[in-house]
Amino acid sequence: MSTRLATGGRLLDRRRPMDFTFNGKRLRGYAGDTLASALLGQGQVLVGRSFKYHRPRGLVASGAEEPNALVNLGRGARLEPNQRATTTELFDGLTATSQNHWPSLEFDVGAVNARLSRFLPAGFYYKMFIHPRPLWKYVYEPFIRHSAGLGKAPTEADPDTYEQFHAHVGLLIVGGGISGLQAALAAGQAGKHVMLVEQTAHWGGRAPVDGVTIDGMPADDWVKNTVEALENMPNVVLRTRAMGAGVYDHGFVTVYERLTDHAPEAEGPRHRLWHIRAGHVVLASGAIERPLSFAGNDIPGVMLASAVRDYVENWGVSCGDRTVVVTNNDDAYRTALALRHAGLEVVAIVDARTTPDGPLLREARDLGIRVLTGKGIGAAKGGKSLESVTICAQAGEGAPLEEIACDCVAMSGGWSPVVHLWSHTGGKLTWDAERCFFRPDPTRAPTGADGQPSVTIAGTANGHLRSAEALCDTAEAMTAILGSDIQAAEAQDADEGPLVPVWLMPQGAGLPLRQKMWLDYQNDVKVSDVQLAAREGYESVEHTKRYTTLGMATDQGKLSNINGLATLSQALGKDIPKVGTTTFRPPYTPISMGSIAAEARGEIFQPLRKTPLHDWHADRGAYWEPVGHWRRPYCFPRDGESHADAVAREINATRQGVGLLDTSTLGKIVVKGPDAGRFMDLLYTNMMSTLPVGRCRYGLMCSENGFLMDDGVVARLDDDTWLCHTTTGGADRIHAHMEDWLQCEWWDFKVFTANLTEQYAQIAVVGPKAREVLEKLGGTGLSAEEFKFMDWRETTLADIPARIFRISFSGELSFEVAVPAGRGRALWDALLEAGAAFGITPYGTEALHVMRAEKGFIMIGDETDGTIIPQDLGLGWAISKKKDDYIGKRAQMRSHMADPDRWQLVGLETLDGSVLPDGSYAIAKGKTANGQRNTQGRVTSTYHSPTIGRGIAMGLVLHGPDRMDEVLEFNTVDGPTVKARIVSPVFYDPEGAKQNV
Amino acid sequence: MSEVTIRKQAPRGMITLRGDLSVPALGAACAEVNGCDLPARGQAAHAGEAATLWMSSDELLLLLPQADVPDALTRIGAALAGSHHLAVDVSDARTLFSIEGAGLRDVLGKLTPADVSAAAWPPGALRRTRLAQVAAAIWLRTETEAQLICFRSVTDYVEALLHTAAKAGQVGFHRPLR
Repeated sequence: MSTRLATGGRLLDRRRPMDFTFNGKRLRGYAGDTLASALLGQGQVLVGRSFKYHRPRGLVASGAEEPNALVNLGRGARLEPNQRATTTELFDGLTATSQNHWPSLEFDVGAVNARLSRFLPAGFYYKMFIHPRPLWKYVYEPFIRHSAGLGKAPTEADPDTYEQFHAHVGLLIVGGGISGLQAALAAGQAGKHVMLVEQTAHWGGRAPVDGVTIDGMPADDWVKNTVEALENMPNVVLRTRAMGAGVYDHGFVTVYERLTDHAPEAEGPRHRLWHIRAGHVVLASGAIERPLSFAGNDIPGVMLASAVRDYVENWGVSCGDRTVVVTNNDDAYRTALALRHAGLEVVAIVDARTTPDGPLLREARDLGIRVLTGKGIGAAKGGKSLESVTICAQAGEGAPLEEIACDCVAMSGGWSPVVHLWSHTGGKLTWDAERCFFRPDPTRAPTGADGQPSVTIAGTANGHLRSAEALCDTAEAMTAILGSDIQAAEAQDADEGPLVPVWLMPQGAGLPLRQKMWLDYQNDVKVSDVQLAAREGYESVEHTKRYTTLGMATDQGKLSNINGLATLSQALGKDIPKVGTTTFRPPYTPISMGSIAAEARGEIFQPLRKTPLHDWHADRGAYWEPVGHWRRPYCFPRDGESHADAVAREINATRQGVGLLDTSTLGKIVVKGPDAGRFMDLLYTNMMSTLPVGRCRYGLMCSENGFLMDDGVVARLDDDTWLCHTTTGGADRIHAHMEDWLQCEWWDFKVFTANLTEQYAQIAVVGPKAREVLEKLGGTGLSAEEFKFMDWRETTLADIPARIFRISFSGELSFEVAVPAGRGRALWDALLEAGAAFGITPYGTEALHVMRAEKGFIMIGDETDGTIIPQDLGLGWAISKKKDDYIGKRAQMRSHMADPDRWQLVGLETLDGSVLPDGSYAIAKGKTANGQRNTQGRVTSTYHSPTIGRGIAMGLVLHGPDRMDEVLEFNTVDGPTVKARIVSPVFYDPEGAKQNV
Repeated sequence: MSEVTIRKQAPRGMITLRGDLSVPALGAACAEVNGCDLPARGQAAHAGEAATLWMSSDELLLLLPQADVPDALTRIGAALAGSHHLAVDVSDARTLFSIEGAGLRDVLGKLTPADVSAAAWPPGALRRTRLAQVAAAIWLRTETEAQLICFRSVTDYVEALLHTAAKAGQVGFHRPLR
């Protein structure tokens, strides 16, 4: 059983005990503990259950690679699932619960799966749950969802705050071990703007634990001195608890900083996601130890050798009373020595190599530790904790030579450089057969915009596992980056002999053993599963990963990746480099959703665009319609009034008296210059250059492909100036479209544009009484003779300088008044007051829509969908035949565009007066090749018209305009078809008498 | 922790002027209406409360008292009568903010991807950039006072953004904590 030792623990402050709970049990640790070390210190080896078989799971590692110890952290609104105990710093009052157990961690019903494991092979879900199909939705999926699910989702809003920060640095160094520190020191001394980030709370990485001396002093002292020197450099930024999360193109790196996870009561944001643009990136991300594949290697108590060493050195924790070290390399001997120096029992070192030799091995023997060579573990035995291991010949099939009682196994299958960040943005790897790992290939580094390497990887991460080599490699890398000779700090550690690859222990293990050799602890993927996948024809490592779920757990295969693909390559009889690796994707370890959202929550989740009249609308209880980022009133319901009733009331009031509409969101783009007329003629399908000053004209704009993209009224302001109104959604897009053509194609045109959308508040005064309202505000010369339909003029209304356009989108007498935005509210208030006698009624977008449909006016986005040309909509009159060219002209001449069978715009009137469903199709005889009903048209706009007193619609129908009065049948979602007659799309005042008064 | 103060400014006169910035008459006309020199590329030129901002290779934004705008437009029109240009009143289209305090670079760094370090963004330098999800332009009047303009419709959003970023405190990047 694990326990806290009386002394020791370089990171521990024993004067500051801290209380915490695990599954409700009150436990105690110390400042400096991680949750993992605190649990082990209190004898809590069992920390969770695996995903598929609900096997008992204990701590395996001591850092970011831990696959098992994921807990629910916190309570209530601060509950967070899947928090890694090894990277969670202990604080007073921490509460954690284990995951994936039911009903309890100690007794789990799901563990029965383990006894059925031969019925749950690789690809089980694919094989089992596919037939019969109907069972999926009601039986299989709910079952899988119940038995799956790591952790609990919080049910309350997160009370913490998060932020992002953009930083530009000359050199970003990821990893605060001795290589990262030396790199930072060299770059800092050279005057570079340096940022150094370290994912843990401590500098120095593994060197202090491994007993390395640097420049003649213990690594701890060298680290302390170096950090002090860096802290005194104004050009160096240091951050601990900051993980390099992802490396992207052009030196863009995300760094995840955990500010208050270790001190939850502290002020300020909890996490900060750095967006760093680095001139160059140096990765000193170290290496991760690999497990060994022997039967029972998932039993709690079986741990990585480096982790066992970390727990004793860093936190004064013994992982067991009797430890067996099993290894294929010299480094694991350090664990045996560390345990022995702490006064703990190392029962045996089981070395798979036949004739290992080296100073570490000799030291172990000199201390009297029993070393078994050429041996392996045949099977680890135990349930919720380890009880013993059997020893076998590594070269054999696993026949037990002896059984050793132990409660901890410290295993080492060698080390793998952390190449994740290197690989994120295209850095390639090469297989190092001698040391059995993938190392970065320096000739195929991630490259920047200039084609040169933008990322350098150095030290252990570059495959130099020994401290002295790592520092020399870092010095070389920094010499190349800085262009001056950098001296490596001199490190001394024990010499090591070669390792031998061990992918299976013992190498001749039969199926019963292989079925108990875990590769992926969290997802329960075993050696036998990968071998089965290979037999079933899975050759690609990417496919095998998805079939077996190897490496798909929250640790993303940090421990299982290399062992898994080595197993696959052996099963396929291919070399490891031929099989390759799966893709490394950011982030390196999971980052919080909060840090991704940062400030974008609540009130500032999204920008909300407000017109100058927004507050008035809000005060009147407008029912809002989102239009892009704008909020426009859909209608202004009165007390107890339904939206439909409000819309009908607004329309009737407007058609019978006068209505008021906020049209400020419409795009307003000014186009000016000697070539502006020519430009306007190219931009619009109709002729704009001939528009007289003082007049307005409705125009259409098409894309290069001929499709209708926007419409609106254009006003000629003076000889070389036009004002283009666009749709609300089109304002920015059309301005960009204009600038695109002016800057990229017609750069010789003398034309300037400016987007004045937000400069003006614009208010439509609509209805038979509109003129009288404006006259009451001092408007003069507005009579039908002096101010004709489609005229505009500048005047003063209510003492506000205004531009009035006599245009109509409703069919009524109508004036649109534009004033400076800052005075919009004053005009609105004046209009309401002046119109009170006429029952002036503000109306919203729905009344606008219904009224335009009653008049047969098209709406961009309703009648158009990116596939519609003006000719489809009966707008041929707005296409100039005189012009040589306009944007879209050539495209509209293509055969399909000129096809007379294209559906054409018509009006539709239901025989029973009902409202057709939006998007409904007119059905035709017969079926398509896919067995679907043939169609001959569809509804594009459909409303109840309070003016006509029935449902009206517009639609596109095959040969529609030639089929007036014909009755079509339209489908509904779940009912019978609806009969509708083809009519003119102009339902209201077809002569246009109402607007022309 | 250094306090950063966010203040929404009273409406200011603004004129967008597009034209050939190398035409001497253009620079002279600008100087006449608001007293500012023609700014170099990526710069803002100041004269008291007035400023001229370099918005692009053929666009300036002139800041001046709002009451002076109609007269300024007339004078610019007269001075550039013979040369192709566009001058329009945009005073109501934008909102001006000031951000004051030694920690303003850390606050802005939370919202804009632009490099706001002392080296890349000294007093006088202007950046057209984005602030979280909307467009904005920022420039430094002095080491401790930045000005910011955004579109009128997103004034409330930008104000809330700036207050949120300032309230969350300093990052210690632009003034490394020691």
